[in-house]
Amino acid sequence: MQEFLTDPLKVAADWLIGVLGAWGMPAAAAIVLVSFLGIFLLIALLMLVDIFLVWVERKVVARFQDRLGPNRVGPFGLIQPFADIIKLLIKEDITPSVADKVVYNLAPMLAMMAVLMLWAVVPLAPVILSVDLNVGALYLIAAGAISTLAIIMAGWSSQNKYALIGAFRQVAVLVSFEIPMVATLLIPAILAGTMGLNGIVQAQDTWFVFLAPLGALIFLIAAIAELGRVPFDMGEAESEIVAGFNVEYSGMKFGMFYASELLHAFTFGGFWMIMFFGGYRFLGLEKVSPFLAVAVMLAKAMLGYWVIMWVKYTMMRIRIDHMLAFNWKFLTPLALLLMLVMAFLHVLLRDASGLLYGASMFGANVIIGLVALEAARRHSRRERVRVSRPAEGQPAGA
Amino acid sequence: MYNEWLYIGLFMIVGLIIPVGAIAVAWLLGPKKSNPIKQSTYECGIETVGDTWVQFKAQYYIFALVFLVFDVEVVFLFPWAVRLGQLGLFAVVEGIVFVGIVVAGLIYTWRKGMLEWA
Repeated sequence: MQEFLTDPLKVAADWLIGVLGAWGMPAAAAIVLVSFLGIFLLIALLMLVDIFLVWVERKVVARFQDRLGPNRVGPFGLIQPFADIIKLLIKEDITPSVADKVVYNLAPMLAMMAVLMLWAVVPLAPVILSVDLNVGALYLIAAGAISTLAIIMAGWSSQNKYALIGAFRQVAVLVSFEIPMVATLLIPAILAGTMGLNGIVQAQDTWFVFLAPLGALIFLIAAIAELGRVPFDMGEAESEIVAGFNVEYSGMKFGMFYASELLHAFTFGGFWMIMFFGGYRFLGLEKVSPFLAVAVMLAKAMLGYWVIMWVKYTMMRIRIDHMLAFNWKFLTPLALLLMLVMAFLHVLLRDASGLLYGASMFGANVIIGLVALEAARRHSRRERVRVSRPAEGQPAGA
Repeated sequence: MYNEWLYIGLFMIVGLIIPVGAIAVAWLLGPKKSNPIKQSTYECGIETVGDTWVQFKAQYYIFALVFLVFDVEVVFLFPWAVRLGQLGLFAVVEGIVFVGIVVAGLIYTWRKGMLEWA
Protein backbone atom coordinates (compact mmCIF):
# COMPACT_ATOMS: atom_id res chain seq x y z
CA MET A 1 0.00 0.00 0.00
CA GLN A 2 2.81 2.35 0.96
CA GLU A 3 4.51 1.59 -2.30
CA PHE A 4 1.34 2.24 -4.26
CA LEU A 5 1.25 5.79 -2.92
CA THR A 6 4.82 6.52 -3.99
CA ASP A 7 4.94 4.70 -7.31
CA PRO A 8 1.41 3.74 -8.37
CA LEU A 9 2.14 2.98 -12.02
CA LYS A 10 4.90 0.48 -11.33
CA VAL A 11 2.89 -1.31 -8.64
CA ALA A 12 -0.19 -1.55 -10.84
CA ALA A 13 1.85 -2.69 -13.84
CA ASP A 14 3.76 -5.31 -11.83
CA TRP A 15 0.55 -6.63 -10.35
CA LEU A 16 -1.17 -6.87 -13.72
CA ILE A 17 1.83 -8.51 -15.36
CA GLY A 18 1.92 -10.99 -12.45
CA VAL A 19 -1.76 -11.81 -12.85
CA LEU A 20 -1.47 -12.25 -16.60
CA GLY A 21 1.63 -14.37 -16.14
CA ALA A 22 -0.25 -16.56 -13.68
CA TRP A 23 -2.91 -17.06 -16.36
CA GLY A 24 -0.22 -18.51 -18.56
CA MET A 25 0.46 -15.52 -20.80
CA PRO A 26 4.05 -15.12 -22.07
CA ALA A 27 5.91 -12.33 -20.26
CA ALA A 28 6.55 -10.25 -23.41
CA ALA A 29 2.89 -10.35 -24.43
CA ALA A 30 1.82 -9.43 -20.89
CA ILE A 31 4.13 -6.40 -20.90
CA VAL A 32 2.82 -5.24 -24.27
CA LEU A 33 -0.79 -5.71 -23.15
CA VAL A 34 -0.23 -3.83 -19.91
CA SER A 35 1.49 -0.91 -21.65
CA PHE A 36 -1.33 -0.91 -24.17
CA LEU A 37 -3.79 -0.55 -21.29
CA GLY A 38 -1.70 2.18 -19.71
CA ILE A 39 -1.56 4.17 -22.94
CA PHE A 40 -5.28 3.72 -23.42
CA LEU A 41 -5.90 5.06 -19.92
CA LEU A 42 -3.70 8.10 -20.52
CA ILE A 43 -5.32 8.87 -23.86
CA ALA A 44 -8.80 8.40 -22.41
CA LEU A 45 -7.86 10.89 -19.70
CA LEU A 46 -6.58 13.27 -22.36
CA MET A 47 -9.81 13.01 -24.36
CA LEU A 48 -11.74 13.78 -21.19
CA VAL A 49 -9.53 16.82 -20.60
CA ASP A 50 -10.08 17.73 -24.25
CA ILE A 51 -13.86 17.66 -23.84
CA PHE A 52 -13.50 19.78 -20.75
CA LEU A 53 -11.27 22.21 -22.70
CA VAL A 54 -14.13 22.94 -25.12
CA TRP A 55 -16.11 24.20 -22.16
CA VAL A 56 -13.13 26.12 -20.74
CA GLU A 57 -12.43 27.78 -24.08
CA ARG A 58 -16.03 28.88 -24.58
CA LYS A 59 -16.39 30.06 -21.01
CA VAL A 60 -13.12 31.99 -21.01
CA VAL A 61 -13.71 33.68 -24.37
CA ALA A 62 -17.13 34.67 -23.06
CA ARG A 63 -15.61 36.28 -19.99
CA PHE A 64 -13.03 38.10 -22.12
CA GLN A 65 -15.83 39.48 -24.28
CA ASP A 66 -18.05 40.32 -21.31
CA ARG A 67 -20.56 37.55 -21.96
CA LEU A 68 -21.69 34.63 -19.86
CA GLY A 69 -20.84 31.73 -22.15
CA PRO A 70 -22.60 28.37 -22.01
CA ASN A 71 -24.74 28.34 -18.86
CA ARG A 72 -27.91 26.40 -19.71
CA VAL A 73 -26.92 22.75 -20.02
CA GLY A 74 -26.00 21.46 -16.59
CA PRO A 75 -24.38 23.45 -13.78
CA PHE A 76 -22.31 26.31 -15.27
CA GLY A 77 -22.99 24.76 -18.68
CA LEU A 78 -20.64 21.89 -17.90
CA ILE A 79 -22.67 19.36 -19.88
CA GLN A 80 -22.54 21.58 -22.99
CA PRO A 81 -19.49 19.90 -24.60
CA PHE A 82 -21.16 16.48 -24.28
CA ALA A 83 -24.21 17.85 -26.07
CA ASP A 84 -21.85 19.20 -28.75
CA ILE A 85 -20.27 15.78 -29.16
CA ILE A 86 -23.64 14.06 -29.55
CA LYS A 87 -24.53 16.61 -32.19
CA LEU A 88 -21.25 16.03 -34.04
CA LEU A 89 -21.74 12.26 -33.87
CA ILE A 90 -25.14 12.30 -35.58
CA LYS A 91 -24.08 14.65 -38.35
CA GLU A 92 -23.85 13.27 -41.85
CA ASP A 93 -20.40 12.19 -42.93
CA ILE A 94 -19.66 14.23 -46.06
CA THR A 95 -16.72 13.82 -48.40
CA PRO A 96 -16.73 16.28 -51.30
CA SER A 97 -17.06 14.46 -54.60
CA VAL A 98 -13.94 16.08 -56.06
CA ALA A 99 -11.76 15.53 -52.98
CA ASP A 100 -8.94 13.02 -52.79
CA LYS A 101 -10.90 10.59 -50.63
CA VAL A 102 -8.14 8.73 -48.79
CA VAL A 103 -6.01 11.74 -47.98
CA TYR A 104 -9.07 13.80 -47.10
CA ASN A 105 -10.27 11.28 -44.54
CA LEU A 106 -6.83 10.55 -43.17
CA ALA A 107 -5.98 14.18 -42.38
CA PRO A 108 -8.23 14.72 -39.31
CA MET A 109 -7.10 11.41 -37.85
CA LEU A 110 -3.45 12.36 -38.29
CA ALA A 111 -4.08 15.77 -36.76
CA MET A 112 -5.45 14.17 -33.61
CA MET A 113 -2.76 11.51 -33.52
CA ALA A 114 0.01 14.09 -33.81
CA VAL A 115 -1.20 15.83 -30.67
CA LEU A 116 -1.78 12.64 -28.71
CA MET A 117 1.69 11.38 -29.59
CA LEU A 118 3.28 14.41 -27.96
CA TRP A 119 1.99 13.13 -24.62
CA ALA A 120 4.14 10.02 -24.86
CA VAL A 121 7.04 11.94 -23.33
CA VAL A 122 5.22 14.34 -20.99
CA PRO A 123 6.23 13.68 -17.38
CA LEU A 124 3.09 14.07 -15.27
CA ALA A 125 5.00 13.21 -12.10
CA PRO A 126 8.51 11.89 -11.35
CA VAL A 127 7.22 8.33 -11.65
CA ILE A 128 4.07 8.85 -13.74
CA LEU A 129 5.24 9.20 -17.30
CA SER A 130 4.83 7.07 -20.35
CA VAL A 131 8.41 6.89 -21.48
CA ASP A 132 11.42 8.97 -20.51
CA LEU A 133 13.12 9.32 -23.87
CA ASN A 134 16.66 10.66 -23.64
CA VAL A 135 15.92 12.68 -26.78
CA GLY A 136 12.63 14.06 -25.46
CA ALA A 137 13.01 17.60 -26.74
CA LEU A 138 13.92 16.36 -30.21
CA TYR A 139 10.96 13.98 -30.14
CA LEU A 140 8.63 16.89 -29.45
CA ILE A 141 9.77 18.61 -32.63
CA ALA A 142 9.62 15.44 -34.69
CA ALA A 143 6.17 14.38 -33.49
CA GLY A 144 4.92 17.95 -33.71
CA ALA A 145 5.83 17.99 -37.40
CA ILE A 146 3.10 15.42 -38.09
CA SER A 147 0.45 18.09 -37.48
CA THR A 148 2.02 20.14 -40.27
CA LEU A 149 1.60 17.12 -42.50
CA ALA A 150 -2.06 16.79 -41.48
CA ILE A 151 -2.71 20.43 -42.36
CA ILE A 152 -1.14 20.24 -45.80
CA MET A 153 -2.99 16.97 -46.44
CA ALA A 154 -6.31 18.53 -45.49
CA GLY A 155 -5.73 21.64 -47.56
CA TRP A 156 -4.47 19.84 -50.62
CA SER A 157 -7.01 17.04 -50.75
CA SER A 158 -10.07 19.25 -50.21
CA GLN A 159 -9.88 20.60 -53.77
CA ASN A 160 -10.92 24.00 -52.50
CA LYS A 161 -8.92 27.14 -53.12
CA TYR A 162 -9.56 28.56 -49.69
CA ALA A 163 -8.37 25.35 -48.12
CA LEU A 164 -5.27 25.29 -50.30
CA ILE A 165 -4.34 28.90 -49.52
CA GLY A 166 -4.97 28.29 -45.84
CA ALA A 167 -2.81 25.18 -45.79
CA PHE A 168 0.06 26.87 -47.61
CA ARG A 169 -0.03 29.85 -45.31
CA GLN A 170 -0.24 27.69 -42.22
CA VAL A 171 2.68 25.54 -43.30
CA ALA A 172 4.79 28.60 -44.14
CA VAL A 173 4.10 29.93 -40.65
CA LEU A 174 4.71 26.56 -39.00
CA VAL A 175 8.06 25.95 -40.63
CA SER A 176 9.18 29.55 -40.05
CA PHE A 177 8.37 29.71 -36.37
CA GLU A 178 9.85 26.29 -35.78
CA ILE A 179 13.33 27.86 -35.87
CA PRO A 180 13.00 30.27 -32.91
CA MET A 181 11.08 27.59 -31.03
CA VAL A 182 13.80 25.02 -31.46
CA ALA A 183 16.50 27.58 -30.68
CA THR A 184 14.78 28.40 -27.39
CA LEU A 185 14.23 24.69 -26.72
CA LEU A 186 18.00 24.40 -26.79
CA ILE A 187 18.23 26.71 -23.76
CA PRO A 188 16.65 24.27 -21.25
CA ALA A 189 18.75 21.53 -22.84
CA ILE A 190 21.92 23.57 -22.22
CA LEU A 191 20.94 24.50 -18.68
CA ALA A 192 19.83 21.01 -17.69
CA GLY A 193 22.47 19.12 -19.66
CA THR A 194 19.86 16.69 -20.96
CA MET A 195 17.14 16.46 -23.60
CA GLY A 196 14.91 14.19 -21.53
CA LEU A 197 11.89 16.09 -20.29
CA ASN A 198 11.99 14.44 -16.89
CA GLY A 199 15.64 15.42 -16.55
CA ILE A 200 14.85 18.99 -17.53
CA VAL A 201 12.14 19.18 -14.87
CA GLN A 202 14.41 17.60 -12.27
CA ALA A 203 17.14 20.14 -13.04
CA GLN A 204 14.90 23.11 -12.30
CA ASP A 205 15.70 23.78 -8.68
CA THR A 206 15.32 27.36 -9.81
CA TRP A 207 12.81 27.60 -12.60
CA PHE A 208 14.48 28.27 -15.92
CA VAL A 209 12.20 31.24 -16.47
CA PHE A 210 14.32 33.11 -13.90
CA LEU A 211 17.47 32.24 -15.83
CA ALA A 212 16.01 32.76 -19.29
CA PRO A 213 12.94 35.03 -19.17
CA LEU A 214 13.48 36.13 -22.75
CA GLY A 215 13.82 32.53 -23.86
CA ALA A 216 10.51 31.69 -22.21
CA LEU A 217 8.85 34.62 -23.97
CA ILE A 218 10.22 33.69 -27.40
CA PHE A 219 9.14 30.09 -26.84
CA LEU A 220 5.61 31.24 -26.02
CA ILE A 221 5.39 33.42 -29.14
CA ALA A 222 6.74 30.65 -31.35
CA ALA A 223 4.43 28.12 -29.71
CA ILE A 224 1.37 30.27 -30.40
CA ALA A 225 2.46 30.52 -34.03
CA GLU A 226 2.99 26.73 -34.13
CA LEU A 227 -0.54 26.29 -32.87
CA GLY A 228 -1.89 28.56 -35.57
CA ARG A 229 -3.93 30.53 -33.09
CA VAL A 230 -4.68 34.25 -33.13
CA PRO A 231 -2.67 36.47 -33.64
CA PHE A 232 -0.95 33.98 -35.96
CA ASP A 233 -4.03 32.14 -37.28
CA MET A 234 -3.05 32.48 -40.92
CA GLY A 235 -4.35 29.06 -41.81
CA GLU A 236 -7.88 29.72 -40.63
CA ALA A 237 -8.34 33.51 -40.89
CA GLU A 238 -12.15 33.40 -40.98
CA SER A 239 -12.53 36.91 -42.35
CA GLU A 240 -10.16 36.27 -45.26
CA ILE A 241 -10.35 32.68 -46.39
CA VAL A 242 -13.55 31.42 -44.71
CA ALA A 243 -12.04 28.72 -42.48
CA GLY A 244 -8.79 27.91 -44.21
CA PHE A 245 -7.55 24.37 -44.45
CA ASN A 246 -10.59 22.80 -42.78
CA VAL A 247 -13.30 24.62 -44.74
CA GLU A 248 -14.50 21.41 -46.41
CA TYR A 249 -14.72 19.44 -43.19
CA SER A 250 -17.93 18.91 -41.27
CA GLY A 251 -19.32 16.68 -38.55
CA MET A 252 -16.89 14.56 -36.57
CA LYS A 253 -14.02 15.16 -39.00
CA PHE A 254 -14.23 18.86 -38.27
CA GLY A 255 -14.63 17.94 -34.61
CA MET A 256 -11.30 16.13 -34.74
CA PHE A 257 -9.55 19.23 -36.09
CA TYR A 258 -11.22 21.36 -33.45
CA ALA A 259 -10.45 18.98 -30.62
CA SER A 260 -6.86 18.55 -31.75
CA GLU A 261 -6.42 22.32 -31.92
CA LEU A 262 -7.61 22.75 -28.34
CA LEU A 263 -5.58 19.84 -27.02
CA HIS A 264 -2.57 21.11 -28.95
CA ALA A 265 -2.84 24.47 -27.22
CA PHE A 266 -3.18 22.77 -23.85
CA THR A 267 -0.20 20.56 -24.64
CA PHE A 268 1.98 23.51 -25.57
CA GLY A 269 0.87 25.28 -22.41
CA GLY A 270 2.16 22.19 -20.64
CA PHE A 271 5.45 22.20 -22.56
CA TRP A 272 5.97 25.84 -21.76
CA MET A 273 5.56 24.96 -18.10
CA ILE A 274 7.83 21.91 -18.36
CA MET A 275 10.61 23.80 -20.11
CA PHE A 276 10.60 27.01 -18.11
CA PHE A 277 8.31 26.77 -15.09
CA GLY A 278 9.44 23.60 -13.39
CA GLY A 279 6.84 21.18 -14.79
CA TYR A 280 5.30 19.17 -11.98
CA ARG A 281 7.48 20.83 -9.33
CA PHE A 282 5.87 23.34 -7.05
CA LEU A 283 6.94 24.06 -3.45
CA GLY A 284 8.10 20.48 -3.00
CA LEU A 285 4.57 19.15 -3.46
CA GLU A 286 5.83 16.60 -5.98
CA LYS A 287 7.82 14.88 -3.23
CA VAL A 288 4.72 14.39 -1.09
CA SER A 289 2.76 12.27 -3.51
CA PRO A 290 2.86 11.56 -7.26
CA PHE A 291 -0.86 12.26 -7.40
CA LEU A 292 -0.23 15.80 -6.17
CA ALA A 293 2.47 16.15 -8.81
CA VAL A 294 -0.02 15.18 -11.53
CA ALA A 295 -2.46 17.74 -10.19
CA VAL A 296 0.26 20.42 -10.18
CA MET A 297 1.29 19.53 -13.74
CA LEU A 298 -2.27 19.65 -15.08
CA ALA A 299 -2.97 22.89 -13.22
CA LYS A 300 0.18 24.44 -14.66
CA ALA A 301 -0.67 23.25 -18.15
CA MET A 302 -4.09 24.83 -17.72
CA LEU A 303 -2.40 28.06 -16.65
CA GLY A 304 -0.18 27.96 -19.73
CA TYR A 305 -3.27 27.28 -21.86
CA TRP A 306 -4.97 30.25 -20.21
CA VAL A 307 -2.06 32.53 -21.16
CA ILE A 308 -2.35 31.32 -24.76
CA MET A 309 -6.11 32.03 -24.68
CA TRP A 310 -5.44 35.41 -23.13
CA VAL A 311 -3.18 36.33 -26.06
CA LYS A 312 -5.71 34.89 -28.52
CA TYR A 313 -8.62 36.98 -27.32
CA THR A 314 -6.77 40.25 -26.89
CA MET A 315 -4.69 40.44 -30.07
CA MET A 316 -5.59 41.14 -33.67
CA ARG A 317 -4.47 38.98 -36.54
CA ILE A 318 -1.11 39.97 -38.04
CA ARG A 319 -0.69 40.06 -41.80
CA ILE A 320 1.27 37.14 -43.17
CA ASP A 321 4.11 39.20 -44.68
CA HIS A 322 4.54 41.08 -41.41
CA MET A 323 4.45 37.83 -39.54
CA LEU A 324 7.10 36.10 -41.62
CA ALA A 325 9.27 39.21 -41.62
CA PHE A 326 8.90 39.38 -37.84
CA ASN A 327 10.03 35.79 -37.59
CA TRP A 328 12.94 35.75 -40.03
CA LYS A 329 14.30 39.24 -39.44
CA PHE A 330 13.70 39.56 -35.72
CA LEU A 331 12.76 36.45 -33.79
CA THR A 332 15.15 33.96 -35.42
CA PRO A 333 18.33 36.07 -35.08
CA LEU A 334 17.28 37.04 -31.57
CA ALA A 335 16.65 33.47 -30.49
CA LEU A 336 19.94 32.23 -31.95
CA LEU A 337 21.88 35.07 -30.37
CA LEU A 338 20.25 34.45 -27.01
CA MET A 339 20.98 30.75 -27.24
CA LEU A 340 24.67 31.35 -28.02
CA VAL A 341 25.07 33.93 -25.27
CA MET A 342 23.48 31.60 -22.76
CA ALA A 343 25.69 28.73 -23.89
CA PHE A 344 28.74 30.96 -23.48
CA LEU A 345 27.71 32.13 -20.01
CA HIS A 346 26.79 28.61 -18.97
CA VAL A 347 30.27 27.33 -19.78
CA LEU A 348 32.07 30.42 -18.49
CA LEU A 349 30.30 30.50 -15.13
CA ARG A 350 29.72 26.80 -14.49
CA ASP A 351 32.10 26.89 -11.50
CA ALA A 352 30.94 30.28 -10.23
CA SER A 353 28.55 30.70 -7.31
CA GLY A 354 24.85 30.13 -7.91
CA LEU A 355 23.99 33.76 -7.33
CA LEU A 356 26.52 35.10 -9.85
CA TYR A 357 25.45 32.48 -12.37
CA GLY A 358 21.77 33.28 -11.99
CA ALA A 359 22.24 37.03 -11.94
CA SER A 360 24.39 37.12 -15.06
CA MET A 361 22.02 34.81 -16.95
CA PHE A 362 19.04 36.94 -15.99
CA GLY A 363 20.96 40.14 -16.72
CA ALA A 364 22.04 38.91 -20.16
CA ASN A 365 18.44 38.06 -21.01
CA VAL A 366 17.13 41.43 -19.90
CA ILE A 367 19.86 43.36 -21.75
CA ILE A 368 19.41 41.39 -24.99
CA GLY A 369 15.65 41.79 -24.71
CA LEU A 370 15.80 45.54 -24.15
CA VAL A 371 18.31 46.11 -26.96
CA ALA A 372 16.22 44.02 -29.38
CA LEU A 373 13.05 45.84 -28.37
CA GLU A 374 14.70 49.23 -28.88
CA ALA A 375 16.02 48.16 -32.29
CA ALA A 376 12.55 46.98 -33.30
CA ARG A 377 11.02 50.23 -32.06
CA ARG A 378 13.51 52.34 -34.05
CA HIS A 379 12.92 50.27 -37.14
CA SER A 380 9.14 50.59 -36.91
CA ARG A 381 9.43 54.34 -36.33
CA ARG A 382 11.54 54.67 -39.50
CA GLU A 383 9.10 52.46 -41.33
CA ARG A 384 6.11 54.56 -40.27
CA VAL A 385 7.83 57.73 -41.52
CA ARG A 386 8.69 56.01 -44.79
CA VAL A 387 5.15 54.81 -45.36
CA SER A 388 3.50 58.11 -44.45
CA ARG A 389 5.76 60.08 -46.78
CA PRO A 390 4.71 59.80 -50.46
CA ALA A 391 7.25 58.04 -52.65
CA GLU A 392 9.67 60.15 -54.69
CA GLY A 393 8.44 61.30 -58.06
CA GLN A 394 4.81 60.53 -57.27
CA PRO A 395 2.18 63.10 -56.37
CA ALA A 396 0.86 62.86 -52.81
CA GLY A 397 -2.15 60.64 -52.43
CA ALA A 398 -1.34 58.62 -55.53
CA MET B 1 12.84 -2.97 -19.65
CA TYR B 2 11.90 -3.40 -23.27
CA ASN B 3 12.53 -0.94 -26.04
CA GLU B 4 11.24 2.59 -25.49
CA TRP B 5 10.56 3.06 -29.16
CA LEU B 6 8.28 0.06 -29.18
CA TYR B 7 6.27 1.94 -26.60
CA ILE B 8 6.15 5.01 -28.86
CA GLY B 9 4.92 2.74 -31.63
CA LEU B 10 2.15 1.43 -29.36
CA PHE B 11 1.29 5.01 -28.48
CA MET B 12 0.99 5.81 -32.17
CA ILE B 13 -1.39 2.91 -32.72
CA VAL B 14 -3.65 3.82 -29.80
CA GLY B 15 -3.45 7.49 -30.79
CA LEU B 16 -4.72 6.55 -34.22
CA ILE B 17 -7.45 4.21 -32.94
CA ILE B 18 -9.18 6.99 -30.98
CA PRO B 19 -9.85 9.43 -33.87
CA VAL B 20 -10.52 6.58 -36.30
CA GLY B 21 -13.05 5.19 -33.83
CA ALA B 22 -14.73 8.57 -33.33
CA ILE B 23 -15.06 9.18 -37.06
CA ALA B 24 -16.25 5.61 -37.67
CA VAL B 25 -18.95 5.97 -35.00
CA ALA B 26 -20.06 9.26 -36.53
CA TRP B 27 -20.19 7.58 -39.93
CA LEU B 28 -22.35 4.78 -38.50
CA LEU B 29 -24.74 7.03 -36.60
CA GLY B 30 -25.12 9.86 -39.07
CA PRO B 31 -27.79 9.99 -41.77
CA LYS B 32 -26.78 9.01 -45.28
CA LYS B 33 -28.75 11.25 -47.60
CA SER B 34 -26.17 12.36 -50.06
CA ASN B 35 -26.83 14.54 -53.08
CA PRO B 36 -24.58 16.29 -55.61
CA ILE B 37 -25.17 19.75 -54.12
CA LYS B 38 -24.14 18.59 -50.68
CA GLN B 39 -20.99 17.02 -52.04
CA SER B 40 -19.94 19.98 -54.13
CA THR B 41 -17.01 22.16 -53.15
CA TYR B 42 -17.80 24.94 -50.75
CA GLU B 43 -16.54 28.28 -51.98
CA CYS B 44 -18.97 30.74 -50.43
CA GLY B 45 -21.87 29.53 -52.53
CA ILE B 46 -20.11 30.34 -55.79
CA GLU B 47 -19.28 27.54 -58.19
CA THR B 48 -15.59 26.74 -58.36
CA VAL B 49 -13.78 28.15 -61.36
CA GLY B 50 -10.98 26.08 -62.83
CA ASP B 51 -8.74 23.52 -61.23
CA THR B 52 -7.58 23.91 -57.64
CA TRP B 53 -4.31 22.09 -58.08
CA VAL B 54 -2.55 24.88 -59.89
CA GLN B 55 0.98 26.23 -59.70
CA PHE B 56 1.33 28.17 -56.51
CA LYS B 57 3.24 31.14 -55.20
CA ALA B 58 6.98 30.39 -55.15
CA GLN B 59 7.44 32.52 -52.04
CA TYR B 60 6.46 29.62 -49.83
CA TYR B 61 9.11 27.48 -51.45
CA ILE B 62 11.88 29.91 -50.50
CA PHE B 63 10.79 29.91 -46.87
CA ALA B 64 10.73 26.15 -46.86
CA LEU B 65 14.28 26.07 -48.24
CA VAL B 66 15.61 28.45 -45.60
CA PHE B 67 13.78 26.46 -42.96
CA LEU B 68 15.35 23.23 -44.11
CA VAL B 69 18.87 24.60 -43.63
CA PHE B 70 18.10 25.75 -40.12
CA ASP B 71 16.30 22.57 -39.17
CA VAL B 72 19.24 20.41 -40.14
CA GLU B 73 21.49 22.75 -38.22
CA VAL B 74 19.37 22.38 -35.12
CA VAL B 75 19.60 18.61 -35.22
CA PHE B 76 23.38 19.01 -34.95
CA LEU B 77 23.06 21.58 -32.19
CA PHE B 78 21.05 19.41 -29.80
CA PRO B 79 23.86 16.98 -28.91
CA TRP B 80 26.20 19.96 -28.67
CA ALA B 81 23.83 21.68 -26.21
CA VAL B 82 23.47 18.60 -24.03
CA ARG B 83 27.20 17.97 -23.67
CA LEU B 84 28.19 21.63 -23.42
CA GLY B 85 28.98 21.48 -19.71
CA GLN B 86 31.67 18.83 -20.28
CA LEU B 87 33.06 20.16 -23.55
CA GLY B 88 34.08 23.59 -22.32
CA LEU B 89 34.76 26.92 -23.94
CA PHE B 90 36.22 25.59 -27.18
CA ALA B 91 32.92 23.88 -27.99
CA VAL B 92 31.08 27.16 -27.46
CA VAL B 93 33.35 28.87 -29.99
CA GLU B 94 32.75 26.01 -32.40
CA GLY B 95 29.01 26.38 -31.87
CA ILE B 96 29.22 30.11 -32.56
CA VAL B 97 31.14 29.47 -35.79
CA PHE B 98 28.65 26.80 -36.83
CA VAL B 99 25.61 29.00 -36.19
CA GLY B 100 27.48 31.90 -37.79
CA ILE B 101 27.87 30.00 -41.07
CA VAL B 102 24.15 29.27 -41.22
CA VAL B 103 23.22 32.82 -40.20
CA ALA B 104 25.46 34.03 -43.05
CA GLY B 105 23.14 32.07 -45.31
CA LEU B 106 20.16 33.82 -43.77
CA ILE B 107 21.80 37.21 -44.27
CA TYR B 108 22.52 36.31 -47.90
CA THR B 109 18.85 35.42 -48.42
CA TRP B 110 17.86 38.63 -46.70
CA ARG B 111 20.17 40.80 -48.83
CA LYS B 112 18.95 39.07 -51.97
CA GLY B 113 15.48 40.26 -51.01
CA MET B 114 14.02 36.76 -50.83
CA LEU B 115 12.57 37.38 -47.39
CA GLU B 116 10.34 40.15 -48.73
CA TRP B 117 6.78 39.11 -49.44
CA ALA B 118 6.44 40.11 -53.07
